[in-house]
Amino acid sequence: MKVSILQFPGTNCEFDTQYAFEKLGCNTEIVWHKAESLPSDTDLLVVAGGFSYGDYLRSGAIAKFSPVMKAVAEYAKSGGKVLGICNGFQVLTEARLLPGALKRNEGLHFISKHHHLRVENNDNIFLKKLNNGDVVNIPIAHHDGNYYINEEGLKELEANGQILLRYTDEDGNIKNPNGSVESIAGVCNKEKNVFGLMPHPERAMEAVLGSADGIAMLKGFLES
Amino acid sequence: MKAIVNVFLKAGVLDSQGKAVHHALDSLHFDGVKDVRVGKQIVLQLDENDKEKAMADVTKMCEELLANTVIEDYNIELV
Repeated sequence: MKVSILQFPGTNCEFDTQYAFEKLGCNTEIVWHKAESLPSDTDLLVVAGGFSYGDYLRSGAIAKFSPVMKAVAEYAKSGGKVLGICNGFQVLTEARLLPGALKRNEGLHFISKHHHLRVENNDNIFLKKLNNGDVVNIPIAHHDGNYYINEEGLKELEANGQILLRYTDEDGNIKNPNGSVESIAGVCNKEKNVFGLMPHPERAMEAVLGSADGIAMLKGFLES
Repeated sequence: MKAIVNVFLKAGVLDSQGKAVHHALDSLHFDGVKDVRVGKQIVLQLDENDKEKAMADVTKMCEELLANTVIEDYNIELV
């Protein structure tokens, strides 16, 4: 399985992401944002976390115009699997490949800590290794993680099973760190081939570093 | 010509920064403040001299880049 990982100026999670997928036995390739096409054998495209273009103007706002993004949009529209983590999620919403937007955290602070998430919908390639209601421990590290979508959009997400993950405590009770609508931590598109989440599963690959719950999350992509 | 673009969160989208500034003003005893909204201002120096054309261009810039219309409104002033 081939995982291509996007790198913009300011991306800083591409090597963690590479480590995570190589640990799972994948071939990986880092793709610089000036590339005008994706490696032709790409099975999964990851838009990695970080601070593309210094988060200038808005997180992800400038990255969406990088040359590679045209190829990303075409890849997504033809059914290719895309995963956006943290800044990658912000880039995908800015590019309108995912619904909604990420606002400044309600408490205005940058939050960097482990947080629990509850699996809301495993009827997709990303979370199929987990059960609905499962609680995982995954690090979050963001300033603009406050997911917003209007009421109409929220209804659509719910109706189509597009809400993937919610922030909770360790018992699975809602605990919202950043003010996101309905405590949403991750969503997918209607076609269920583009996924975005603020937490970092690629940073939860080693129990000795706090959690290995990311393995079950990323593994879903390997068998599809 | 100069274009001044103001970008604010839409009414109904919680403006946490505005709220924090409002709290700070309260604690400084500026009691008469009813609401605070924090936004950003983008000033563009344009070659264009035709106002209508400039307005159309800047509107396109706002729609494509300067504002995220999922959460933000914008207004444009030409001077």
